[in-house]
Amino acid sequence: MRSQKIGSIAFWSLVVALLTYMTLPTIVVLMTSVNPTEILAFPPQGVSFDWYVKAVTYPDFQIAFKNGLIVTACASTLALIVGSAFAWLIHHYEFRGRGLLEGVLWSPLIIPHFTLGFGFLLLGGAFGVQQGYVMIVLAHMVLVMPFVTRAVHVSLANIDPALARAAANLGASPFQVLTRVTLPLVVPGMAGGWLIAAVLSLTEFTASLYVTGSRTQTLPVAMYNYIREYADPTVSAISALLIIATTLIMLVADRTIGLRRVLAIDTH
Amino acid sequence: MTETAIIHPSKETGSAVDIVRVRKDFGSAVGVADVSLTIGKGEFVTLLGPSGCGKSTLLGMIAGFVTPTAGKIVVDGTDITDLEPYRRDIGMVFQSYALFPHMNVHDNIAFGLKMRRLPAAEVEKEVARAIAMMKLEGFEARRVRQLSGGQQQRVALARAIVIRPKVLLLDEPLSALDKNLRAQMQVELSELHRKTGLTTIFVTHDQGEALSLSDRIVVMNKGAVQQVAAPIELYRQPANGFVASFIGEINALPPGRCELKDGTASLVLPGVGPLVFPAVPASGFAPGRQVRAFLRPEHVRPVSAGAAGPNVVTGKVEAHIYQGSHTITRVVVEGIGLVETRVTGADIVASAPVGAPLALAFDLSEAVLLDAAA
Repeated sequence: MRSQKIGSIAFWSLVVALLTYMTLPTIVVLMTSVNPTEILAFPPQGVSFDWYVKAVTYPDFQIAFKNGLIVTACASTLALIVGSAFAWLIHHYEFRGRGLLEGVLWSPLIIPHFTLGFGFLLLGGAFGVQQGYVMIVLAHMVLVMPFVTRAVHVSLANIDPALARAAANLGASPFQVLTRVTLPLVVPGMAGGWLIAAVLSLTEFTASLYVTGSRTQTLPVAMYNYIREYADPTVSAISALLIIATTLIMLVADRTIGLRRVLAIDTH
Repeated sequence: MTETAIIHPSKETGSAVDIVRVRKDFGSAVGVADVSLTIGKGEFVTLLGPSGCGKSTLLGMIAGFVTPTAGKIVVDGTDITDLEPYRRDIGMVFQSYALFPHMNVHDNIAFGLKMRRLPAAEVEKEVARAIAMMKLEGFEARRVRQLSGGQQQRVALARAIVIRPKVLLLDEPLSALDKNLRAQMQVELSELHRKTGLTTIFVTHDQGEALSLSDRIVVMNKGAVQQVAAPIELYRQPANGFVASFIGEINALPPGRCELKDGTASLVLPGVGPLVFPAVPASGFAPGRQVRAFLRPEHVRPVSAGAAGPNVVTGKVEAHIYQGSHTITRVVVEGIGLVETRVTGADIVASAPVGAPLALAFDLSEAVLLDAAA
């Protein structure tokens, strides 16, 4: 009994230590954001929300946030359209090179974002495309594609094939089967995939650094440029705002479309 | 018995379904081999056989999900062989029920009617009727995930019958239910069939379900029809060894020769001697013919040791299988092999322990005689 108790204490201590280790960097940044003085100090020497006011009123951040929203909306939506089509193809048909196609769709997960961003920059140079919206959207679309494709593929695979037969048996034409049965059952997966893509695109930095220009920079790039010149808690404040915003989006998504279920995290 | 069978005499005349030499090949493998079958209007017919016997493939061809390699399927006089599934007007209950998870009970049942573009008022009337018939009142707004297995089953049935199909197909609909519920649903299926009078084709591998529900049973094996008969006839007069051993328990005696001497018919088994029939058997018997006799365990009776008689053999008890109301005792008899006897209660477990000798009397009045070569 005694050794069991010691084992249990050791186990939970390890769990707490690991969780602390995982969240500590974020907590440190969040804490520095409320520091009243103009330095990035930890622990903070007081509590003030002045830096939050500066973060949301700073023109570079405002422009960058707007840029980010445009890029995110375009890239995630394009990835959703193309990724859904590929997911449909992979789910419904057996063909030569299906494995290869899946591999290519997955490749952005294993290729460093640095390589992709740099590659797009070189490619743009070769074709005379400047750093700007088009290049950023194309780069982000590639980066988020695996997540969208995966989400839609999982939703398709979770549909009992007997449902389409049942609908046909009850008089639904192939088009009606698609609109009345298949699509309603895949839409949550598509929405979940789009959201994950949006969050990733909104916070992507490494590839964005290469493909954004001075007027088209996204928020993470703007934050990086800011901190190269100023070492005040404004970036901590904007980090906190970004984290709060994405958390809220995820929570709302989980409530409304069952995000955990459509991403196959929760199988119930 | 692979050719067209007769229409059930007690039902309306006119056939509902004609299956004419239908065949399905999967590459070089045969799924369904030249099956012909006529099903009368209002008849309840069961396709029975082990998994892989072709029964589900045949059902799939009637529903239109599987394209036959050859042959034709006629429903109500119309050839539907090449018709798309959604134009067939055939109701189906799937093994998994296949209820639409994004719709409630009402919308699941209304789906087929909406596809038929019925006016809204008409849809509501028909759905209400189906809900009442399947005792689903109060569940209209429930999501299908919130229903028990039995309730899901009833929704699946309501959804299939509400479209007033020409034929109702049931693909092992009871297999997902637990034992008690299965018995109850069997009764409900029977009742539903009586009330609606729908021509019904039921697929199962469970002989008990087949015997209790069907007007006629089609026994299938390896893609081919083995026998088409009413349940009682199927049990009493199986057409071949496969049917005999698939429907209920049966003892297969080794091949022997038929003899008729002074009006007494007997079966001479090499190494055992003659077994005497109480009367000359009506079918399968011809003097000099080599036959195999099949005998149900209830027609093999344990008798006290030393009991004399023409049909008494002695063997050694190998095992008892206690089943509650009765016990199946397996006895090894020299020259015959394994013989099962079925007796009421459990007394035999104590009176004839494993390894002890046991005398058995064969009642050949219900024996089935089949050609030894078959």
